[in-house]
Amino acid sequence: MIIVKDVWKKFDDNEVLKGLSLNIETSETLVILGRSGVGKSVLLKHIIGITKPDSGSIDVDGQEVTLLSGEKLTNVTKNMGMLFQGAALFDSLNIEENVGFYLAQHKDPITGHKHDKKDIKERVDYALELVGLEGVQKKMPSDLSGGMKKRAALARLIVYRPQYLLYDEPTTGLDPITAMQINELIVKTQKELKPTSIVVTHDIISALYVADRLALHKDGKIAYVDTPDNFLKIDDPVIDFLRKTITQDPRTFRQRDYVKSD
Amino acid sequence: MSYINEVGKYSLLIWDVFVVTLKKPPQWSLVREQLYNIGVLSLPVVAMTGFSTGLVLAAQSFFQLADKGLAGATGIMVAKAMLTELGPVLTAFMVTGRVGAAMCAELGTMQVTEQIDALITMAVTPHRYLISPRFIAGIFMMPLLTAFSVFMGIFGGYLVAVYFFKMAPFSYFDPMPRYIKTFDFFIGFVKALIFGIFIVTVSCYRGMITKGGAEGVGRSTTNSVVICYTCILFSNFLITLGLNIIRDQIERLFI
Repeated sequence: MIIVKDVWKKFDDNEVLKGLSLNIETSETLVILGRSGVGKSVLLKHIIGITKPDSGSIDVDGQEVTLLSGEKLTNVTKNMGMLFQGAALFDSLNIEENVGFYLAQHKDPITGHKHDKKDIKERVDYALELVGLEGVQKKMPSDLSGGMKKRAALARLIVYRPQYLLYDEPTTGLDPITAMQINELIVKTQKELKPTSIVVTHDIISALYVADRLALHKDGKIAYVDTPDNFLKIDDPVIDFLRKTITQDPRTFRQRDYVKSD
Repeated sequence: MSYINEVGKYSLLIWDVFVVTLKKPPQWSLVREQLYNIGVLSLPVVAMTGFSTGLVLAAQSFFQLADKGLAGATGIMVAKAMLTELGPVLTAFMVTGRVGAAMCAELGTMQVTEQIDALITMAVTPHRYLISPRFIAGIFMMPLLTAFSVFMGIFGGYLVAVYFFKMAPFSYFDPMPRYIKTFDFFIGFVKALIFGIFIVTVSCYRGMITKGGAEGVGRSTTNSVVICYTCILFSNFLITLGLNIIRDQIERLFI
């Protein structure tokens, strides 16, 4: 379980998180919706310990990650995995090395020894098969399309079976069909590995497809958290707009009627 | 104030790299790759620089000294200048341009494309995985590259002195053992080592703090090269001054 409590974060003069609080239950998929630039990705980076808050606490399975650094933080993040918006595959490694990277860097927690090459190869092949990327093992990341990179990055997470999966805009920049493939993979991964997942996105279709609960990130805080059905009934201009985008012809409504222009 | 802040962060990075390297050395395969990148691939450019500097030094020395009857000092001039000043400094300049800039650009690109964040999320310490192998390879390879550059400089000087100015080969080499001291080798070694540390740590530090996409990577790379050159030039003066004062003190005490 992850408990985020009263987290504040400021970058120069821009206050991104303003006392944000949120609970994420074990093995659920919580989707955080919000407009671009509101700090959704920043929140994920706080949870995984890359960014430290100015104040507030983030509790992951009883461990206060805001106070951890070095090896203590590493021990917590070993159980976490994050899918980055741009996939963040390592340019200098081929897909097989990318996907097997975690296994090559860490010892087997059961045996306490290094993973042998055969074991890594089998697990990499399985993970790539799971995301529908057979036969790309020797290709470099630059040889893959955006959607393939995202799938390879997901395989890189699946291969070490983290307890926590954080997805940063998993469908952004993809065509609707590839985006749906990624959504299906997220659901499939959830069923197979049963991790606690947090997905940040502004794609309402993706959100509804993968979420157990939906949250709205607005003005530096979580404004609402609820099940998808209840969430869509909330009376709020942003949610009203999201509801319209999936139920109405976009030519019949205007953005400025629902959301204040920047 | 921001400069002090930067120097503080840079010092912390050097300290952290020392600690992670000593605590748990990086994988040999990563170090080997960097040894090859920094050392082997820099050999041609370092050889060419050392050789051409040796040619120029010998020619200039001969022109300046011959009419004063000091043509026999050409070999010492070339060897001493290459060993204590030009060898370390020019090698460091070449390595900064060839290796330091590439290091900064690579790490900068990794930073702006979130690859370094990805390392952290996979519980891999970037300082150990990315900087430590470069650090070890840098401090090991810089003295070797400098030695190679010095050798090529003395060899280039020999070719000019003997085949162009028709000096006797023995008059080029013979005075060297008398005037080139162990301390001169020590000066060259210390400089190469310190320049190596500067090149790797400044380039990696600038790369790791890169912000702002492709433009940011370009800016970081330019900054890292300028900072490296400045550090090399000023530290060269300070090392020359410091080590020669120490040598004087030692000689006064024991001789």
